[in-house]
Amino acid sequence: MQTDAKENKTDLTKKDFVSDQTVRWCPGCGDYMILAIMQKAFARMDHAKEEHLSVSGIGCSSRITYYLDTYGVHSIHGRAIAVATGAKLANPGLNVWVFTGDGDCMAIGGNHFIHACRRNADLNIIIFNNKIYGMTKGQSSPTTPVGLKTKTAPEGSHENPFNIGEVAIGSGATFFARVPDNNPKLLEDIMMQAYHHKGTSVIEVLQNCVIFTDGIHEQITGRDTKDDNQLVLEHGKPMIFGKDQNYGIKLNGMRLEKSALKNGTDASLVHDEGEKDPAMHLALTRMQLPGHPVAMGVIRKVEAQNYSEKVHEAIAFERETSTFKGVNDLFRSGNTWEIG
Amino acid sequence: MAKNILAPEMRKVVVRFSGDSGDGMQLTGDMFSQSSGFAGNDLTTIPDFPAEIRAPQGTIGGVSSFQIQIGGTEIYTPGDSVDVLVVMNPAALAANLALLKPGGTIIADKDAFTPKNLKKAEYESNPLEDGTLEEFHVIQAPATSLTKEALKDLGLEMQAMTRSKNMFALGVVLYMFSRPLQNTIDFIEKKFYKKPVLVEANKRAIEAGVSFAESTEVFGRSIVIPPAKLPKGTYRNIDGNTAIAWGLLAAAENCGKNLSLSSYPITPASEILHELSARKDMGAIVFQAEDEIAAICAAIGAAFSGNLSATTTSGPGASLKSEAIGLAVIAELPLVIVNVQRAGPSTGLPTKTEQSDLNQALYGRHGDAPVVVIAASSPDDCFYYSYEAAKIAIEHVTPVILLSDTYLASGTSPWRLPENGDLKDIQVPKFKGDPGKWEPFLRQPEFLNRYWMSPGDKGFEHRNGGLEKKEITGNLTYEPLNHQKMTKIREEKIDRIASRLPELTVSGAQSGKLLVVGWGSTHGAINTAVRELLEDGEEDVGFVQFNYINPLPVNTADILGGFEQILVCELNNGQFVHYLRSKFPEFKYRQFNKIQGQPFFTSEIKAEIINTLSR
Repeated sequence: MQTDAKENKTDLTKKDFVSDQTVRWCPGCGDYMILAIMQKAFARMDHAKEEHLSVSGIGCSSRITYYLDTYGVHSIHGRAIAVATGAKLANPGLNVWVFTGDGDCMAIGGNHFIHACRRNADLNIIIFNNKIYGMTKGQSSPTTPVGLKTKTAPEGSHENPFNIGEVAIGSGATFFARVPDNNPKLLEDIMMQAYHHKGTSVIEVLQNCVIFTDGIHEQITGRDTKDDNQLVLEHGKPMIFGKDQNYGIKLNGMRLEKSALKNGTDASLVHDEGEKDPAMHLALTRMQLPGHPVAMGVIRKVEAQNYSEKVHEAIAFERETSTFKGVNDLFRSGNTWEIG
Repeated sequence: MAKNILAPEMRKVVVRFSGDSGDGMQLTGDMFSQSSGFAGNDLTTIPDFPAEIRAPQGTIGGVSSFQIQIGGTEIYTPGDSVDVLVVMNPAALAANLALLKPGGTIIADKDAFTPKNLKKAEYESNPLEDGTLEEFHVIQAPATSLTKEALKDLGLEMQAMTRSKNMFALGVVLYMFSRPLQNTIDFIEKKFYKKPVLVEANKRAIEAGVSFAESTEVFGRSIVIPPAKLPKGTYRNIDGNTAIAWGLLAAAENCGKNLSLSSYPITPASEILHELSARKDMGAIVFQAEDEIAAICAAIGAAFSGNLSATTTSGPGASLKSEAIGLAVIAELPLVIVNVQRAGPSTGLPTKTEQSDLNQALYGRHGDAPVVVIAASSPDDCFYYSYEAAKIAIEHVTPVILLSDTYLASGTSPWRLPENGDLKDIQVPKFKGDPGKWEPFLRQPEFLNRYWMSPGDKGFEHRNGGLEKKEITGNLTYEPLNHQKMTKIREEKIDRIASRLPELTVSGAQSGKLLVVGWGSTHGAINTAVRELLEDGEEDVGFVQFNYINPLPVNTADILGGFEQILVCELNNGQFVHYLRSKFPEFKYRQFNKIQGQPFFTSEIKAEIINTLSR
């Protein structure tokens, strides 16, 4: 869905979401861009300033809460999604955003993440994936690639990493998008799509840590390589990429295959973000260099039962049909007796 | 044979219904409780069922029991030992005989004492006939066959007919205690209104039981228990877990907030989660979380969002929640944490009662993280303390831990329904003026609580979280003196609540030789023991029960100081006595600890008091 700027119900601007706190990330950190675009996107959404809620865990990513001038909870390590779920259920009118990192979300918070994907409450989760623990100074995370040298794997990591999209979609996520931290336009568009999606939206941002994993996404995001190494998906459009738009994605048996296009758009797969069967979306999230480009944009967006909405529908129904007008009616239901 | 302990008029009686898990003993007990309440008796009940969901039929492991003490006087416990034991099979007899007083009465379904059932209960011969029971009065009732006979023309399957034999037993007991049948019939009609044939079957089975008791004249005459002198009002029977759920609902209604409950299933707290899940009709927003940590974190999210928020658990779950309780402490959010304690550590004795999470409630967090700790002391006052926990949490913007336990959770007692004005109002601390004059950690001077502003409150947008905050502004700061000051404020904020709590009252001697001290759920047994001693002429014993643990009531030291000796009784290895020793080292304490997964018996407490007095 393409949403144009300033067609919403508020007269808020990006400035309204800039808090008075000094931003403390390392110069050059990818987080700055995410912050700026989030502030801009909040101003484009229909919620009033006091109806936004940002929730974060612990880590560099999670500091963002302090820099967004709206309601915010900077919670504890791994638990932002749980806090956000409780807040959304308590007040379904809120626009709830979770900010988390690959360590916070995929390690200590992994259980909450998979259940949030399954449950499909109306939450938006942005995962800052720099493939390392930054704030605790350079330990391996669940997305650290095999062989990468870290403080806790000085000879190179021996663990297989998570692919965040695969975990999300495998857990039932109804919305998954991926975006590099140097594509503000795409990020803003994805944020707006996530905002309008009724259910849990997961956004993975390939974010650069200038201290510990500087350049880890360079091959994907670099100025000279990005066009050949990224497939930016658009719903209903053929999967074409490359500097000269000369590559496409085809199906070969059960596998996706990168193929050179001879004349124009022939025979390339067309992206359908709304396909309920997750097989193709999973295959797209799994594509990696060097054999394939890395998929960006909204990979999956399907309609499904929305938990927070369903709970409140059930409550409204029960209240309406109940004979209890208050606790006194409840207390006096069933078997009572009088004394005196 | 011992003298029959049953008399035509009795002040109190203990009845125990026991049978196989499938025999409907809990329902039978519940119906007898209703009838007793209706007759104006005070009562306390306790169920005792197997830990297994479906233990093998007819075995001792599969026995399910329900015990009730009824009285024409105030009743605080389900009773140490039993006057009347109803057994539906040999296993029930084998499992419970040790509880029966000499001279007590056994009502047995003799039809169930078949060779097969006797073998399952590990009897080599039939105890109804071999002299095993000569100390007792045995009424052999052909419950199964007479029930079948009474129901034969209703067109029910054999199994459905024999299932009604519990109602036959109820009929015998109702006759025994001179109870009118009408309110029991009303109960059946309400319960089975969708199945008229079951209403008829149950009615007939009860009447068959009554006829049997009447015609066989086994009782000589029936027993009367006069009504107790209870305060005027409308009553119902309630268990501790339901009472906690309803206390939260009442608090939410009083302060005009929605109630959010976020919990993870755990024995013996799950029934609170069940009850509130069924209370969508009262607007309860219930979240069954993926784990204990998610449960409390969601509760924190709900509290930040402005709902009356609670999470319920038991010891192992409370351990998992402890990091997040620290967040609620530093963020100063209103939150009710209910711990229905069970015997630990670890999985321990998961279906048995204990008071061993007191240290955890008081100290079980990293950092200096004081919270309010209160403990309920009867199934019905779980309502009051649950309401009170919510009131303190909201008004003082702080987490509150409410301690209950297995004993209170599953036991029942009559509860006088609150009437208008019985419940104190709950004031929500909202900042009413210009947001420009407000700060996230601006405090009200009297109790040092901050204001509770939440999403949706225009102009009050702010961030809160786990990092240390600058006094008043709430901005992040690592300033050394600020951290010290904030730690002191957080402590003082809790301490100042003491001035709003009711003072302790001592029953019995107001000063003198011995003060017996209890806390939480042991009130019934200790109170009964002390009362009995006072009635026996012992004048030098006082008794006090603590419900407010942190902060302690303001007159605690005055009361402890009035006695030569202090005996602290608790169901753990000495946690409360340790707490008192650290708070008031000037006094001398003795301790009496039972750590068996069982509540105190009145007799044990009495013996310990007598023993202490004689030292």
